[in-house]
Amino acid sequence: MRYLPKSPADREAILKAIGARSIDDLFAPIPAEYRLHRDLKVPHQMAESEIVDWFRERSRENGDGYITFLGAGAYSHYRPVIIDSLISRGEFLTAYTPYQAEISQGTLQSIFEFQTMICELTGMEVANASMYDGSTAATEAVMMAVRLTGRRSVAIARSLHPEYREVLATYASHQGMPLASVGFTESGRLDLKELEKSITQDTACVLVQSPNFFGTIEDVAAIAEIAHQRGAMLVASIAEAVSLGIVEPPRQADVIAMEAQSFGVPLGFGGPYCGVIATREQYVRQMPGRLVGQTTDRNGKRGFVLTLATREQHIRREKATSNICTNQALVALMVNIFMTIYGKVGLRELAKHNLAKTAYAAQQFGKHAKVLFPGAPRFNEFVVQTSEDPYAINSRILGHKIVGGLPLKKFYPELGNAALWCCTELTTRSAIDTAVGLVAESERSVKSAKEEASVQDDVQEVVR
Amino acid sequence: MKHVTRKATRHVNQNEGLIFEKSSAGKAAWKLAPLDVPDVDTTQLLGSSERKDLGHMPEVSEIEIIRHFTRLSTWNYAIDLGMYPLGSCTMKYNPRVNEVVSRLEGLANGHPYQPEKISQGALRILKTLSECLIEITGMDAITLQPAAGAQGELTGLLMVRAYHQSKGHPRKKILIPDSAHGTNPATAATAAYAVENLKSNDRGMVDVAALAAQMNEEVAALMLTNPNTLGVFEQEIARIAEIMHAKGGLLYMDGANMNALVGKVRPGDFGVDVMHLNLHKTFSTPHGGGGPGSGPVAVKHMLEPFLPKPVVITKPDGTLGFEYNRPQSVGRVRAFYGNFGMFVRALAYTLANGPDGLRQTTEDAVLNANYIRKGLEGAYDLPYSTPSMHEVVFSDKLQAKKGVRTMDIAKRVIDYGFHPYTTAFPLIVHGALMIEPTESESKEEMDLFIEAMRSIAEEVEEDPEMVLAAPHTTRVSRLDEVAAARKPVLRWKPGS
Repeated sequence: MRYLPKSPADREAILKAIGARSIDDLFAPIPAEYRLHRDLKVPHQMAESEIVDWFRERSRENGDGYITFLGAGAYSHYRPVIIDSLISRGEFLTAYTPYQAEISQGTLQSIFEFQTMICELTGMEVANASMYDGSTAATEAVMMAVRLTGRRSVAIARSLHPEYREVLATYASHQGMPLASVGFTESGRLDLKELEKSITQDTACVLVQSPNFFGTIEDVAAIAEIAHQRGAMLVASIAEAVSLGIVEPPRQADVIAMEAQSFGVPLGFGGPYCGVIATREQYVRQMPGRLVGQTTDRNGKRGFVLTLATREQHIRREKATSNICTNQALVALMVNIFMTIYGKVGLRELAKHNLAKTAYAAQQFGKHAKVLFPGAPRFNEFVVQTSEDPYAINSRILGHKIVGGLPLKKFYPELGNAALWCCTELTTRSAIDTAVGLVAESERSVKSAKEEASVQDDVQEVVR
Repeated sequence: MKHVTRKATRHVNQNEGLIFEKSSAGKAAWKLAPLDVPDVDTTQLLGSSERKDLGHMPEVSEIEIIRHFTRLSTWNYAIDLGMYPLGSCTMKYNPRVNEVVSRLEGLANGHPYQPEKISQGALRILKTLSECLIEITGMDAITLQPAAGAQGELTGLLMVRAYHQSKGHPRKKILIPDSAHGTNPATAATAAYAVENLKSNDRGMVDVAALAAQMNEEVAALMLTNPNTLGVFEQEIARIAEIMHAKGGLLYMDGANMNALVGKVRPGDFGVDVMHLNLHKTFSTPHGGGGPGSGPVAVKHMLEPFLPKPVVITKPDGTLGFEYNRPQSVGRVRAFYGNFGMFVRALAYTLANGPDGLRQTTEDAVLNANYIRKGLEGAYDLPYSTPSMHEVVFSDKLQAKKGVRTMDIAKRVIDYGFHPYTTAFPLIVHGALMIEPTESESKEEMDLFIEAMRSIAEEVEEDPEMVLAAPHTTRVSRLDEVAAARKPVLRWKPGS
């Protein structure tokens, strides 16, 4: 086996050195009746070339070469090539968690820079070294609010990513945390009247996403005021990190739980991604996840270490703030490099391109179909309502090697034939025009079918 | 004239500052393609939601970024540089073909919500990996959704809870041996179970009599690591499973140490009902400085209805798809389908090995641990003489007499060019040195490590102060962790 650095003679020499007659001696502690005396039924050993071929085949079967209008928590942005050049360095790729600080300063300093940039972008005072993803970050942020307030229930925006809501529900059901759902208005924003009614003496926090699942930017200040007046915290979820380049961050929130996938992380069929929690300094000891802090060595030289570990499971065991053990270090490094590349000016320009493409697309779609939720600002997503089932329209669009917007029937049946469309800097005008053309065609054919039907009715009327 | 050096030091790449310290207005490492749609008035579109300023985000050029991160990378130790014998972490070689195939266009750019019709490649990968892992563990069904080992544990316990609930009573307690990883009790608490400690016997194994005494109808499951954190196979595993099952309890196995078992024995065959795997340990996906991990959970038939949703199914037309209609499911533990990129790598590793390679890998891992054990016996105290599987645990008892503890020895190991072993774990060994070489070490590399460790043992006798001050050869010396925790500085600020 090519990954194993031993010759048969080496193995013999080692067996001899340890005084074993055969390798079976070493497995003697395993009761004989359980020892496996056959080959595992897994595919035979493959050459590297065969492995590459096998996965190339899978890649071809997986939408290779399609243009996408999908967003919904996973965004297609350009990834500068130096991200992969740098994260492919074995010193980053094949290092462990930086517990031995003296030989992990590369990882530690980069996380410190990551934490700093996340603070700058979110307007928060502290950020952790990353979490599994946006859904678990939101869930952990809510549990943090429960610990901080001593209250147990949560008011959740229905416009929060439906799968984030599902993850929270899984955790909450076992933590004795009642969940209240708060709807949205005609503008796509959180229904503030309903919010007021749903916050009780036991509400630990309000959880809201902005830009929300429909792409609509929430009035975070108004939501924060309602929550804070009633002694509840505000947890803000951000699924589209690029929005931070041009959309005011939810500074009025107490905790921000974000998904940073948009910052240089491949779509990768849903993971690995990069969640992050950011909050105010006063709450840091209730924050889950790893943290890197600055310190000095014995000669007074600046260095970095993992810190405040007393919150964590390997020290606190069942009393830890969370059972989380890993972060997403390598993915956080991608995010870090991406933020460094675009920086102060580039992130704004990038976000502006997203805004422009989306404004154009929404306007074009609006000429032929109904674009829902007017009246509130949006970032790079919008909901289009059609006469025909969006699955049917999408299957025609797919013929042009374009993946249409996400049909929402599964998550929001009340919106009827609606789909969530997303444009990024990578969406070309011609792809938009093609998709809009096919939606327009669908609307025309539904309309003419209706007219035909009413003509038929008229004819029958006349005949009668 | 005498030349005065101010900022420049010898080996300037050893003194790389923070990226913010290199920033100045007008530098850029980005360029966007020209906008092919009309430009927009952002104030008109966003109103008061418009952000005007991005604070202290850096402005640097591409070459500066390359140098910055390349310099930082050289301050890390890594498997690619040498032996990384962290016990319980399984720091094995991370094959490069895994990285190449995970970056193939259709896999790297696949959107999780793209239609199933054009997701057959990804679905095939999910299904093939699932089948391989089910066969390797001897279980009946699996979920790949959990993002890491600890989330796998949680998913497993949620299924345990749902299973008991379906029988009318979720039960109250989880039994956990005192040798267990800290995640086990933390996870049990997250799943709203009370934790009851189980003492190990004098051979470092579960005390079967104590287990029988503690087991009752309020115990939902035993969370057992096998081989346990001492690297010892629980020889009475059949009896343990029997005790649990007799009172309706389940046997959960923490698969952190699966590298000792693959191809030699299957947990499903010795009575395990539910277990998680760590793809970043046993299946070679890179640790990446602390993640991403991936923690699939394999279960026996009776737990299958409770798997997180969705699950992958074969549809009547032979194509693959996701099934969401799972009324008894514990729900979702993560958005989308899990850390797919890690599945690609783990499958590539499995395909590269095949059945014979997987078995040889396990044999070599166990062989290596025993070689290290033999090589260090005498120089370090071996608290349990029970046979070792893939890792061996020594203690600092001999060195403590000179005031040198496991962490000090670990720091001195750094000077010899190795990553330290795991220190101070498991908790049942006072001053533990937990060593797991994995199969990836050659005899030559292990001989060097053994010699280094023996030589440190001598240094402790001759010059303990020198060991206490280690490491001596790194870019920074021992860092003040107490100060870091007392007055946390968790971000850079201008002027700091």
